[in-house]
Amino acid sequence: MSEDKLPVKNESDIISVRSFGRNLAANAGFGIVDQCRITTAISELARNAVVHGGGGSVTIKTIQNDKKGIEIIFRDEGPGIVNLELALKGGYSTVGGLGIGLSGAKRLMDEFQITSSAGKGTTVIIRKWLK
Amino acid sequence: MEIPILKIEDFLIVSFQTELSDDEIDKLREDILDKIKETNARGLIIDITALKIVDSFMARSLSSIATTATLLGAKTVVVGMQPAVALTLVELGLRIKWNIQTALNLERGINLLREALKSEKDVVYE
Ligand SMILES: Nc1ncnc2c1ncn2[C@@H]1O[C@H](COP(=O)(O)OP(=O)(O)OP(=O)(O)O)[C@@H](O)[C@H]1O
Ligand SMILES: [Mg+2]
Repeated sequence: MSEDKLPVKNESDIISVRSFGRNLAANAGFGIVDQCRITTAISELARNAVVHGGGGSVTIKTIQNDKKGIEIIFRDEGPGIVNLELALKGGYSTVGGLGIGLSGAKRLMDEFQITSSAGKGTTVIIRKWLK
Repeated sequence: MEIPILKIEDFLIVSFQTELSDDEIDKLREDILDKIKETNARGLIIDITALKIVDSFMARSLSSIATTATLLGAKTVVVGMQPAVALTLVELGLRIKWNIQTALNLERGINLLREALKSEKDVVYE
């Protein structure tokens, strides 16, 4: 399956990464609404990587076992998320935001895994399956 | 990228044409607010028909443009949100803070503003 690692370092990367994700999702057969969900989740996590994580990278690929889907992995080596539990609950932001990026991305996708450790960075894996 | 701000009757119309970067959105907000002051517009229509997604940043920007424009005396209507975008916004969790007047399309947005401005005038002249 196709796999690409793209930089997520600045604002224009956010735009190119989400349009890359949208194209891959469309080609994989996702409908308009799922394309929108996937692209929005990508946008939130990419912005987090840029704004909070000091920049990172993303891998976007189609996956297949008994079903077909899309997998997106964000990695950064920023400060990590200090209070992960709170950040995942939503409404929590250390920068005066709405605090809906993480919790929202989780709701929009089928699977969501996050590992984050202080001083080492953050990895977020999201997946969506074709129904 | 220069995004045109059109003036029709008493109000301004801005169409978000492509996917804007965060910086471009911030700049557009300044331009819109300047233009409202400059023209004394009493209404503002933001057309987002062309936007394929609205993420939390864009949503926050729309909301802040609408709030500020209203304070400056321009009633704001956001028109043309795609159904998939609306659905995704609700799932994202935005319903809590979403306080913008919306209309299905440009035509309805214009009518809505005309009506709103007309009834304001009626009150003044009665
Ligand atoms: N990649 C990251 N590295 C470090 N901290 C992060 C990262 N992603 C999220 N965080 C922390 O988790 C908090 C919540 O993130 P979330 O995306 O939900 O909200 P936000 O980015 O603050 O606001 P917004 O609603 O605009 O996304 C952030 O304020 C930040 O402190
Ligand atoms: Mg965020």
